[in-house]
Amino acid sequence: MLIDWFTVFAQTVNFLILVWLLKRFLYHPILNAIDARERRVAAALADAAAQRDEARLEYQAFQQKNEDFERQRRSLLAQAAEAAKSQGQALLEDARRESEELVARRREALSKDFMRLREEILRRTRDEVFAIARRTLGDLASAGLEEQMVDAFVRRCRALTDQEKNVLRSSCLAGAEPVLVCSTFTLSDGLRETVERTVREVLACDGEVRFETGQDLLCGIEVSVNGQEVAWSIAGYLAGLENNIGELLQV
Amino acid sequence: MQISPDNILYWQHGFLKLNATIVFTWALMLIMAVGARLVTSRLSTGPERSRWQNLLEVVVLAIEKQIGDVGLKEPRRYLGFLGTLFLFVAAASLCTMIPGYTPPTGSLSTTVALALCTFVAVPFFGIEARGLAGYCRSYMEPTCIMLPFNIIGEISRTLALAVRLFGNMMSGEMIAGILLTITPFIFPLFMTVLGLLTGMVQAYIFSILAAVYIAAAMESAGPAGKAGTASSTP
Repeated sequence: MLIDWFTVFAQTVNFLILVWLLKRFLYHPILNAIDARERRVAAALADAAAQRDEARLEYQAFQQKNEDFERQRRSLLAQAAEAAKSQGQALLEDARRESEELVARRREALSKDFMRLREEILRRTRDEVFAIARRTLGDLASAGLEEQMVDAFVRRCRALTDQEKNVLRSSCLAGAEPVLVCSTFTLSDGLRETVERTVREVLACDGEVRFETGQDLLCGIEVSVNGQEVAWSIAGYLAGLENNIGELLQV
Repeated sequence: MQISPDNILYWQHGFLKLNATIVFTWALMLIMAVGARLVTSRLSTGPERSRWQNLLEVVVLAIEKQIGDVGLKEPRRYLGFLGTLFLFVAAASLCTMIPGYTPPTGSLSTTVALALCTFVAVPFFGIEARGLAGYCRSYMEPTCIMLPFNIIGEISRTLALAVRLFGNMMSGEMIAGILLTITPFIFPLFMTVLGLLTGMVQAYIFSILAAVYIAAAMESAGPAGKAGTASSTP
């Protein structure tokens, strides 16, 4: 007989024992290892996904910050450019103002220099004119400059109109101040006497007559009484000379 | 020539006996259990693992996938029984390359034992899933008249399982033996290779048929139709 029932029973038991053994030593450990690996892989994938999400969020935040920074940078640049522009304009304005002030100062200084130079020229011209006139008069007419000036002054006084004389006389009578005679040069006693006699004659005044000498006062002889003046000088000649020289310099 | 390894006796006392079928089965059990123990004692759960662990994982996952493909919802519940069926039959066939080895599946007693285990497992899993009444009702579907036919079909397919495996394993052994006496050099080698292929196919068929029977018992349809379809497999 092909079937041995004891062997059938033994093989059944053997098979059941083999089922238990393989369950114990093969299926459970292998499946547990596979499950553990799958869990690790799933955890790693989930972790990777979380990290990717986190990285995406960080990337978005970084991008947002970058955009903010870029906006702020542009805004600051625009502000800085505006500030630089306004400051540049202010500096230009300051420079222009300072330049104008400097030009004005230089112009003023130039004007002062010009005035000083003009006065110096006038003074020297006057001195030279006087020196030339004195020498010329001495050489040609054996006459002194001072005498001729006094003579011209006397003629000038005597040529006054009656109205002018009245004005001077009324001024002399109204004030208590002395009659002041100013001359460029010191007058000799004879010339002083001549001038005083002429003044008293024209002004009809018995008051004090005081003489003063001053290089800068005038270029001749001047009588002043309470604001009224009578004078002879070469100021008119010098003014003409000055005009001629000015025109020459401007050309 | 011995038709069955049951006839090779090493020891006997009364009805107790120790024949080649039992001895080689124990040897296979020892090799499989110790081999599995050695590999699984150093299992790695990380990406790096030994080639033996890889091999066992591939085998176990392939069996699990096949069980799932048959239609069983939770393959791991049946992995112990069906996987052991496949591995035992496959290992018994694979070891035929060893000289002096006689496969225990070439014994009708072994195949009957395996078929009986399947015969018991089918209602066991069916009752576990559907309850005793539900499972018994499936024998009377679509009508009560089908009850005896379903019972006969259940028994006959168990018998067919046993005889199919036995016939395939024994015939290969027989042909190899006969050819060894006639042409002792070339043909036995071819027949051994062919026997290996046949043995692996039979291991697959046996375990798949058992899975199909269990799956049929789990479903609401009567087991007769599925069994009839499955029984037609060579």
